Amino acid sequence: MSVLVDAGTRVLVQGMTGSEGSFHTEQMIAAGTRVVAGVTPGKGGTVHLGVPVFHTVAEAVCQTGANASVVFVPSRFAADAVLEAAEAGIPLVVAITEGIPVLDMLRVQNALARDGRTRLIGPNCPGIITPGRCKIGIMPAEIHVPGTIGVISSSGTLTYEAVDQISRIGMGQSTCIGIGGDPIIGSPFTSLLPLFEADPQTEAVVLIGEIGGTAEEEAAAYVREHMRKPVVAFIAGATAPPGRRMGHAGAIISGGKGTAAEKKQALTEAGITVVDSPAEIGVSVSRLVGRS
Amino acid sequence: MNIHEYQAKELLARFGVPVPEGRVAETVEDVREAARALGGGVVVKAQIHAGGRGKGGGIKLADGPDAAADHAAAMLGKPLVTPQTGARGRIVRKVYVTRALNIDHEYYLGLLIDRAASKLLVMASAEGGVEIEKVAAETPEKLLKLHVDPIAGYLPWAGRRLGYGLGLAPAEVNAFVKLLGGLIKCFERCDASLVEINPLVRTPQGELFALDAKINLDDNGLGRHADLAELRDLHEEEPLEVEASRVGLNYIKLDGTVGCMVNGAGLAMATMDIIDLAGARPANFLDVGGGASKEAVTKAFQILLKDPDVRAVLVNIFGGIVRCDRVAEGVIAAAREVALDVPLVVRLQGTNAKQARALLEQSKLPLEVAEELDEAARKVVAAAGGTR
Repeated sequence: MSVLVDAGTRVLVQGMTGSEGSFHTEQMIAAGTRVVAGVTPGKGGTVHLGVPVFHTVAEAVCQTGANASVVFVPSRFAADAVLEAAEAGIPLVVAITEGIPVLDMLRVQNALARDGRTRLIGPNCPGIITPGRCKIGIMPAEIHVPGTIGVISSSGTLTYEAVDQISRIGMGQSTCIGIGGDPIIGSPFTSLLPLFEADPQTEAVVLIGEIGGTAEEEAAAYVREHMRKPVVAFIAGATAPPGRRMGHAGAIISGGKGTAAEKKQALTEAGITVVDSPAEIGVSVSRLVGRS
Repeated sequence: MNIHEYQAKELLARFGVPVPEGRVAETVEDVREAARALGGGVVVKAQIHAGGRGKGGGIKLADGPDAAADHAAAMLGKPLVTPQTGARGRIVRKVYVTRALNIDHEYYLGLLIDRAASKLLVMASAEGGVEIEKVAAETPEKLLKLHVDPIAGYLPWAGRRLGYGLGLAPAEVNAFVKLLGGLIKCFERCDASLVEINPLVRTPQGELFALDAKINLDDNGLGRHADLAELRDLHEEEPLEVEASRVGLNYIKLDGTVGCMVNGAGLAMATMDIIDLAGARPANFLDVGGGASKEAVTKAFQILLKDPDVRAVLVNIFGGIVRCDRVAEGVIAAAREVALDVPLVVRLQGTNAKQARALLEQSKLPLEVAEELDEAARKVVAAAGGTR
């Protein structure tokens, strides 16, 4: 078992023929992912990297039975791409694109909520991977090992750091999901934690958050009420100054709200093991599941 | 992106939000002329990107052109220190001269993105002119909130509910409904991330005006607004940050002594945090980009070394798809090119990390190699002269 994706997932790549799309499609295929279609308007009917390309998502779904999509299209067109995939009935859309205007995301989010058929991961995220079976995104597959730890994170390279620590300590991951660093994202922690709680392969969950917003506090409330599996959390940005955006559009302490201290306190009060040092994520989770 | 009050008011006026008549000026003579043209009492307002200007002496009432000129002379070209600027303050390069109004009551009106609800949120309060965070914390019942329906859009009932909630008279409510509509249109058309009017004032005649205005624009939306992108005032930004943004680096200057160069924003914040845990303060946030190419690393070194407070540098790169040995070659070439004059600690982890460490050790460069994150932090803090 795993969360959201496995070896049977049939992946469609929106923006496959661009440079980012091409590079990462090759990497995804090399990691064992079944990439069944590409979509680039104007290039329908061609074959790229051995994969058929279509003008529209609807056509690609009809011809190939794709049931997940990954979006590499530039930020100005990304909202359009996500909604095209949703309209075609694709249940899982992963948006890698960085820099989507927040008002575009507001529209996307409300349209998806009304439609109710599609889960969006991201945008501005590394994607989702079930090691050895399916990778939809841009993370380095080599550092992942199949195992029992679920990872949910707002970050990219910090997630890789955590995954690498878990792998090097001799454990592995069930599924890792990068949820994205934007203020408006498709799947916050609270919408993914239940999936890991229900997944028989997952023994414990690592949650990596950062300053800004209240998603970590909401996750804390969820864990307190509904989760029985152990959770380890790290919050990046304890040293970040207020009022500044720390790289991610959503990582900002505004009006004194969204500090790392507040989040850590909420998580600790919910019974979650909070580590102050990013070097202790792997050790803590292994201690928690009794492997060291 | 932040913009100045005068720019925000020009935008708001374009969308039908009433603002007091005003002119922006850069010299004392222009201020005198502006005050003369406006006639009567005026307010001279320093234009800097920071709040609390009144407390710092950056907002002055004047009864005529001469008094306005005197106030401007005391502000222009000089630093203004407010509770939000830090001790050094900000140099005032422009002042906004506006017609003085008789004020009967001050309100607060703000529009922002509610992240948890994924909707636009209007906040209004009859307790205006003070810090709204304080109102929200101490007397939350005095802060009225209403989401804008994302499908139906803004409708007059929403304005009426807030207007009557603020205690406005019926004729004033009609003006408020229109004003709020203009505010929301401005937010949406400009790709704003925050629009705040504090205070919104009512005159004894029952007219409403935006007496102050703050607009933040969504950086991700600027690509479709060339005119708004031009409102950026580089004087308001840290020079090193401006330089970094010109070469495509995400750099934020902080007040510590340990420079850091990291790939990815989350790992960059985490690296700052672990430097702090090891006992020193980070000198900056710097995301050198996922691939950490030689060119990007070179530019990043150049920026870091221009900060006179930096006593040691930590390079922390997680090599994934771009393998660590490739990153090591880039770091070595960049370190040679920029002739580093402070201690350097390099930690490369991820794919091919062992080969990368071997390359670094063979480079004969005066650098220390670290394998683990906490080890890297300890080494760089020691190199920077130990704990505070």
